[in-house]
Amino acid sequence: MKRVSIKEEACIGCGLCQVYCIVEHSTSRDPIKAYRREQPQPLSRVRVETNKPHSISIRCQQCKDTPCVIACLSGAMSIDKETGLVVHDAEKCIGCWTCIMVCPYGAIKPDIANKIIAKCDLCPNLEVPACVANCPNEALVCEEVNQ
Amino acid sequence: MAKYVIIGGSAGGIGAVEAIREIDPIGTLTVISDEPVPQYSRPMISEYVSKEATVDTMKYRDDQFWRNNNVQTLTGRTANKIDFTKKQVTLDGGDKIDYEKLLIATGGKPFVPRMEGGEKDGVFTFTELSSAKDIEDKLEHSKSAVVIGGGLIGVSAAEALVKRGIKVTLVELKDNILNLTLDKTASDIAEKVLTEAGVTVITGQTVQRILGRKDNEAAVGGVVMTDGKKIPCDLVVVAIGVIPRTELAKETDLKLNRGIVVDRFMRTNIAEVYACGDVAEAHDFLLNENRLLPLWPLAHMGGRVAGYNMAGKQVEYEGGTVMSSLKYFDLPIIAVGNVNPEELDDYEVLVELKPEKTVYKKILLKDGAIVGFIFLGDIEKAGILFRLLKNHVDVSEIKDKFLSEDFGIVALPEQLRQEMFVVN
Repeated sequence: MKRVSIKEEACIGCGLCQVYCIVEHSTSRDPIKAYRREQPQPLSRVRVETNKPHSISIRCQQCKDTPCVIACLSGAMSIDKETGLVVHDAEKCIGCWTCIMVCPYGAIKPDIANKIIAKCDLCPNLEVPACVANCPNEALVCEEVNQ
Repeated sequence: MAKYVIIGGSAGGIGAVEAIREIDPIGTLTVISDEPVPQYSRPMISEYVSKEATVDTMKYRDDQFWRNNNVQTLTGRTANKIDFTKKQVTLDGGDKIDYEKLLIATGGKPFVPRMEGGEKDGVFTFTELSSAKDIEDKLEHSKSAVVIGGGLIGVSAAEALVKRGIKVTLVELKDNILNLTLDKTASDIAEKVLTEAGVTVITGQTVQRILGRKDNEAAVGGVVMTDGKKIPCDLVVVAIGVIPRTELAKETDLKLNRGIVVDRFMRTNIAEVYACGDVAEAHDFLLNENRLLPLWPLAHMGGRVAGYNMAGKQVEYEGGTVMSSLKYFDLPIIAVGNVNPEELDDYEVLVELKPEKTVYKKILLKDGAIVGFIFLGDIEKAGILFRLLKNHVDVSEIKDKFLSEDFGIVALPEQLRQEMFVVN
């Protein structure tokens, strides 16, 4: 199973992971258009947190005990049988926010405008997730972890 | 080959099926449910009535779920009796089913107090799809409704009905709606949102009796309130609460308090008999004692734990507490634990209220640990606090950062952060 992990000491808090996450999850896939024109603006599924001198880039950590899947009221959160990843079905999501209540990382975003949640999907269309590929200091690593 | 029988096919039963099949793909597995199609999301009844969901989109698991898990389903059937000595369940009609491992996941049923006029046509409850369908049929000819009970189910019923253009009066006996979930400040904000959406909220009173229609005494025509005032309506929804469906435990040796008492492995006092969900009294991690917690996520989690243990994998139930995530009329609120302590002096309270942004946060601490919190409006980081609360983490060093916009994982002590990021 894939997971993005973070080398905390290498994170400089530049926020590019958020930028590239937004672009990758936008309709236009263009930074200017994604930021200026798309309404509602696509959400980053990554959050850069700063507590000087530390900074850290937070996203879904693919927990083994999957609290979000267990708590989900509608069946929108599940474990993909092929990849073993925690996946979110936007069609089934009712935006009840129960997964947000139990996510220990605070890694699930309420997409208020669309009444659903947004979470890291590890960029299924890319070989390497956009945040990892564009981290200038190589603080993010996409690795295989045991299930 | 093990022979598993599960009574109840909702959140708990489904969780047990999934866990059993992870461990034991070949044992025979039978699920008995009195509902014809049990695999729907009960919390989505509100969405069904408001027409934001259909019978199809409210499926918690798809229709192939039972077949894919090789489950023999006895749907639309009621388990009438359990003989714990013979290890046998008797169904309606007298059929008997033997079990080696049994899970009682019968859930809860709406509490409907005896009330004059309560038998009239047009009085409904709001916890089963069949009731929702009956309401749906009635709505075509209805203009107004009274919902009795301002708790989670009552407010969701009020929301669904008002979204269908029904004039709704919500009646709550206590002084505040959602009083078991929220504190007064959050309740007032929620009440304002409801009122703005068109719901008439009456607190401090209840319905005394239900009146018939002038042209048809057998049908609902209105209610009389405690103060004697009459409110005309075409339907009444009773949403006072749910009580455990413990009928099968009556006059047996099964240990019963308000619900069926289970240990951390969801075992009852009788060997090979398990219970979970709304029918069970299970572990509360905040109080460190057993209690009824009729909440969907906990029913599912308890069902999974029961299933693993039934199939021979020892798994401990981590427990739950009062924990709710709300979205009434698009106002997000997450409330966990004790948010309304009686002896407030024993607690440290952190509060932030920004009415202009509809943001309210309150965190209660006792002996250095979080024992309850409400996040209203800004909920993204609620789960971080939930984990700290659940694990009784001493937060003395970091509590000052909880209300800061920058609060996050980065604010946790290094050791905690590292624990969270090791490969699990």
